[in-house]
Amino acid sequence: MHWTINGQRYEAEPDIRTTLLDLAREHLGLTGSKKGCDHGQCGSCTMLVNGRRINSCLSLAVMHQDDEITTIEGLGQPDNLHPMQAAFVSHDGYQCGYCTPGQICSAVGMLDEVKKGFPSWVSDDLSSPSLNDQEIGERMSGNLCRCAAYPNIVDAIAEVAGLSEDQRQTSQKVSG
Amino acid sequence: MREGKMDGPYRPAGLTQAEQGVLGAAVPRIEGPAKVTGTAQYAAEKAPEGTAYAAIVVSAIGHGRVIGIDASAAEAVAGVLVVITDDPRLPAQGGNSRQAPPTGLRDIFYAGQPVAIVVAETPQAATEAAQLVRVESEAAAGRFDAGAETPDTDHGKGFLPPIDAGDLDSALAAAEVVFDQRYTTPAHFPAALEPHATTAWWDGDRLTVRTSNQIIGAARGTIATVLGIDKERVRVLAPFVGGGFGGKTGVGPEAIVAAIAAERVGRPVKIALPRRQTASMVHHRSPTRQRIRIGCDRDGRIGAIAHDSVVAQNEHGDFVEPVPFGSLPLYAGQVRRFRTDLVTVDLPQTGAVRAPGEAVGTFAIECAMDELAHQLGLDPIELRRRNEPEVDPLSGKRFSTRRLLDCYDEGAQRFGWDRRLPTPGARREGDWLIGLGMAAALRGNFTVEAQARVTLGTDGRVLVETDMTDIGTGTYTILAQVAGEMLGLPVDAVEVRLGDSELPPSAGSGGSFGASSAGSAVVLACEDILAELGRRMNAAPEELRLREGCVSVGERRVPLADLTHGEPIQATGKAMPGAETSGTSQASHGAQFAEVAVNAVTGEVRVRRMLGVFEIGRVLNRATAANQAVGGMVWGIAYALQEEAVVDTRTGRFANPDFGEYHVAVNADVPAIECHFIEEVDTSANQVGAKGVGELGISGAGAAVANAIFNACGVRVRDFPVTLDKLIAGLPAV
Repeated sequence: MHWTINGQRYEAEPDIRTTLLDLAREHLGLTGSKKGCDHGQCGSCTMLVNGRRINSCLSLAVMHQDDEITTIEGLGQPDNLHPMQAAFVSHDGYQCGYCTPGQICSAVGMLDEVKKGFPSWVSDDLSSPSLNDQEIGERMSGNLCRCAAYPNIVDAIAEVAGLSEDQRQTSQKVSG
Repeated sequence: MREGKMDGPYRPAGLTQAEQGVLGAAVPRIEGPAKVTGTAQYAAEKAPEGTAYAAIVVSAIGHGRVIGIDASAAEAVAGVLVVITDDPRLPAQGGNSRQAPPTGLRDIFYAGQPVAIVVAETPQAATEAAQLVRVESEAAAGRFDAGAETPDTDHGKGFLPPIDAGDLDSALAAAEVVFDQRYTTPAHFPAALEPHATTAWWDGDRLTVRTSNQIIGAARGTIATVLGIDKERVRVLAPFVGGGFGGKTGVGPEAIVAAIAAERVGRPVKIALPRRQTASMVHHRSPTRQRIRIGCDRDGRIGAIAHDSVVAQNEHGDFVEPVPFGSLPLYAGQVRRFRTDLVTVDLPQTGAVRAPGEAVGTFAIECAMDELAHQLGLDPIELRRRNEPEVDPLSGKRFSTRRLLDCYDEGAQRFGWDRRLPTPGARREGDWLIGLGMAAALRGNFTVEAQARVTLGTDGRVLVETDMTDIGTGTYTILAQVAGEMLGLPVDAVEVRLGDSELPPSAGSGGSFGASSAGSAVVLACEDILAELGRRMNAAPEELRLREGCVSVGERRVPLADLTHGEPIQATGKAMPGAETSGTSQASHGAQFAEVAVNAVTGEVRVRRMLGVFEIGRVLNRATAANQAVGGMVWGIAYALQEEAVVDTRTGRFANPDFGEYHVAVNADVPAIECHFIEEVDTSANQVGAKGVGELGISGAGAAVANAIFNACGVRVRDFPVTLDKLIAGLPAV
């Protein structure tokens, strides 16, 4: 079997039941994607598949041989950080770091979803949603952070999205 | 070795004179680039060639005996190397704190107890085979309902003995006002995102385990004891730990399983507990039943205070959740009673989860104070102010530093507390009832013996080494800041090596003592280096000025590198508690404020904003300290509203052992949270002058939310978490 991950071609013959996450971690040496629950409940394994964020623990590797897969290793490296990675460092958007690769991949995928006009539960305008802190919180709630660095995660994402302080605070639809 | 025993107040000259501005600054984590790029290596990642995978077979029954194990179907699975059913060292449960896990195969005392190990070429084969192992057992009746058991009032376990000062019954009978209420909190999972995981390999008779653990020096001893080998033959590595929260203070059963399996198959073995197995094999926080009684005069001045509690533990655990620990020195009152009684259950072990005691004890004491204030018609802050003790009200010891009143004042001003309407249900915005609440935060401070080695290299760079862990607490960065401040270097000139049991022993991460204890060891080691630099400069250490990698005495200015004379200068510091530690009453303090919205129709609660004002001694890194404090406050939100580990009392199994049904806070649950520090270096606490922060943030946070809910809608829930089904019947008519 073969895969294209971070623009590089990989070949391996894993057990047919191997998830995309286990393929990366156990066969290809790409351990940046984390396994927190193996149930699709925590988001630590988030990867970008053809630009869309998915829980890689819930998808079999065999299904993705023709896909373009991006993992945290493909976004940036320690001496060449992706803007989202740099923002997580400067805003201290983590503590233990275990959920962090998933948060960052998810945030990159999420911003693209907003750009494409995907609404969320808290969107005021379903046809043309705009981003604010509440939208970020809603759209990032598939990525658990038990250290609970959420406020800093929101700060980091808001910076990369280029939101002004006013834009961040617009719309408080749900919470009264 | 420079030993520093806290026999009196201590303020290192190196931290007073040096003007680097390095210590305390919001320096970004030095390991940050590794974490955000996925190159930081956790326990189950960097595996040697030929690594095999293990899976654990667990007991389905909650109490009884295993009669037989049929592994034939499992052994027939392609790729299975061995099924281990006969190793007497198989751990029955995780070790709590520093004890060895009890071992034994046949007696079952909780559901989910390990009974066999499968080792295979792939995780898929191991998982499949584990499901095919047939365990025949004989079930016995079990004590699965902690709430139904009768407490033992004379168990003698735990570190907090019962306290009974004065005659409580008489004092309450004589009091003008008597308050008496009961509160319950559920079991909580630590639920670190990285599950317990270990990679183990043997080189001859030497074992290396790369494991997810908070206190690796103790882990080394425990692993050696359980395996029956000399501790010098065990090396424990934990350079990155994906969260601990108390759950990784002891040795997880998977570490022993990996070592046994690696020995049996003669290959490295890797194992990560499946999420649902972490619920039973990792200890959880005990559920609690609590009762608060207060006798006071009509002005709210407390004469008698009692905080009684009942917690649960199984036959083999020694830990007792110290529920009233945070209440002990909190309020004045001559007559004082604090106790924790114990029920014994046939359930997984209970243990230390973030802020053992305070995390749940503050729900009772701080909601009680809010209720009492309401009853007396007093502002909740004013009631607390009237009961602020001058000295520790039990021991009479002086407080090392205690700025609790300042925390209240600063918080009230920043939060806009004067806008709170004392009458519940008085503020409404559309369908939402809005309320404000507050609570005190207090977390006892510990300083624990710790060592660190500091080496000034010939290139003028510094290396700090200790077996301390960084579990997200910022240790890498904080220790670099301490050394940088002492030796006049920016953090990028300091390398920090942690998480290797070959390095000088520290206290590890737990009880909020990590940063201050290890940081103090670094201070002491640096003082030794400063003394040596002084000798080489023919000056007293206090005459030295260190800046930008140079040492100055008067007009003379010499680069650090030159002073090494071509040989590294190395020193080891050892920080220890002493007479000053035992002679003072030490704690971190704070004030928590919350604004909530309660939906008048559905009872849904949303936390709209929170503020915490904290006094934690010296702030070592403003960013990581605030992150820790805010993280704790988020735990408070989740404890107040969501988190509840539910036991099926028919079977003894947890009904919600994963994130799908055990609801930790998600991003959307968390509003803007402000954190402010009132800084006062605590010269009695330790050499670096810092107190614990990681557990302070959770103390009182949930109570502030619950008190805000009462202020919003007038419904007082004393059975946590405050879910909407408990609110809805009491809500005002729509």
